[in-house]
Amino acid sequence: MIEIKNLTKSFGDMLVWEDVSFKIEDGETIAVIGRSGTGKSVLLKHLNALLYPDSGEVLIDGKCIFELSYTELRKVRQRFGILFQGGALFDSINTFENIAFPLRYFTDQSEEEIEHNVHEALDMVNLESVGSKSTAELSGGMRKRVGLARAIILKPDYLLYDEPTSGLDPKTSGEINELIITMADSLDITSIVITHDMHSVLEVAETVAFLDDQKLSWFGKKDDMQNSDNKQLLDFITASEYQIKPN
Amino acid sequence: MRGVKELGHYAQLLYQALRSSTEISTYRKNLFHEFVKIGYESIPIIFLVGIFTGAVMTLQTAYQLDTDIYPSDIIGSIVAQSIIIELAAVISALVLAGKVGARISTELGTMRVSEQIDALESMGFNSVSFLVVPRILSGIFMFPILYITAAVFGIIGGVIAGAVDGILPVAEFMKGARAFFFESDIIFGLIKSIVFGFVITSVSCYKGYYAFGGAEGVGTATTQATVLSCIFVLLADFALAAILL
Repeated sequence: MIEIKNLTKSFGDMLVWEDVSFKIEDGETIAVIGRSGTGKSVLLKHLNALLYPDSGEVLIDGKCIFELSYTELRKVRQRFGILFQGGALFDSINTFENIAFPLRYFTDQSEEEIEHNVHEALDMVNLESVGSKSTAELSGGMRKRVGLARAIILKPDYLLYDEPTSGLDPKTSGEINELIITMADSLDITSIVITHDMHSVLEVAETVAFLDDQKLSWFGKKDDMQNSDNKQLLDFITASEYQIKPN
Repeated sequence: MRGVKELGHYAQLLYQALRSSTEISTYRKNLFHEFVKIGYESIPIIFLVGIFTGAVMTLQTAYQLDTDIYPSDIIGSIVAQSIIIELAAVISALVLAGKVGARISTELGTMRVSEQIDALESMGFNSVSFLVVPRILSGIFMFPILYITAAVFGIIGGVIAGAVDGILPVAEFMKGARAFFFESDIIFGLIKSIVFGFVITSVSCYKGYYAFGGAEGVGTATTQATVLSCIFVLLADFALAAILL
């Protein structure tokens, strides 16, 4: 379980958000939503201590990750897979090597085992025959899939998605959403999805955290969103392409 | 104030690099890659720098000593000693600040702004050990080799220019060069090149590793890395001359 307690973050004089607290249960898929610039990606980067807060805690199985030594932190980080917004693929190596990268450094698997596992990961994200391609040859959707294949290759406990559907056409976005659901179901992974795409939220999430006005403005089950009396949340929902009308 | 803060961040990165240097298995593969990039791939430009520096130095020294007061082999002494003590190390370093420093800061800066460094860290990698340590070590190990290359080709360039221009025959050039050759001069040049290698690679790593702000940010980081490397090379050159000569 991930527990976020009283997290506050600012960059210089600019407050991003303060006193953010919520829990993410094991196996749950949670969407963190909010307008651009509300600090969704900043929050995501606190979950495995890529960024440190001004105050507050992130507890993984009861231990605050900001108090761990760097060696301990690196072990915790290996329990996470992250799909970055642009894929963050290493452009000095080809697609196959990108996915094989964590296996080569963190396991003692043979070349045959690595090849088998990379192809299995590529199968899971519905990609074939792209292993030898350079990352520059991949389309936006393919980059996200390869990034996802790399994120799941070490079979993490937690999968973090940073804007998984941004910049993609509706069909490819739908396919990525299906993949998120498939990953959560087949790998029994806890998923945290950062997005402002309400279609994505409705398809994949069970729980929703809404960031607005420099705080956690609303937190609850997806189905309860429409009955909320939070005006900012309702404005955000109704402004989306899918026009979910409040009851 | 900003300068002090930057110096603090730079020192922090160096401390992290020093601590991470024991994780040899993390950076071994990258180290050999950087040996090739920083060392082997710089040889052509160092060859050109050496040859032309030596040639011009010979022509200008002959022009300045164009009297009967000095024996002509003194030109060989001046050219060889200037190249070994100063020119081979400093001019190579200034050229490499552009070639090697710009490449390092652009590579790391692009990795930073495209979240590749975050991706490494999020997998549990020590990104400093993986990216910074092999580049600094390569600078420390490869710059002395490039210095020797520049010095050898500098003297060859001087010999060729002297002979082709009819200023002094090869034998006289070498006689003069040998007359004032001291092993300690080469050791001084090697120490300089090690310091320059460290300065250029560490400053460029620092600027690239902490780059921010997209393509413009990478451009700014690269410019700053190159300019700062040149300035620190010149400062280090002065400091080493004051201390060691």
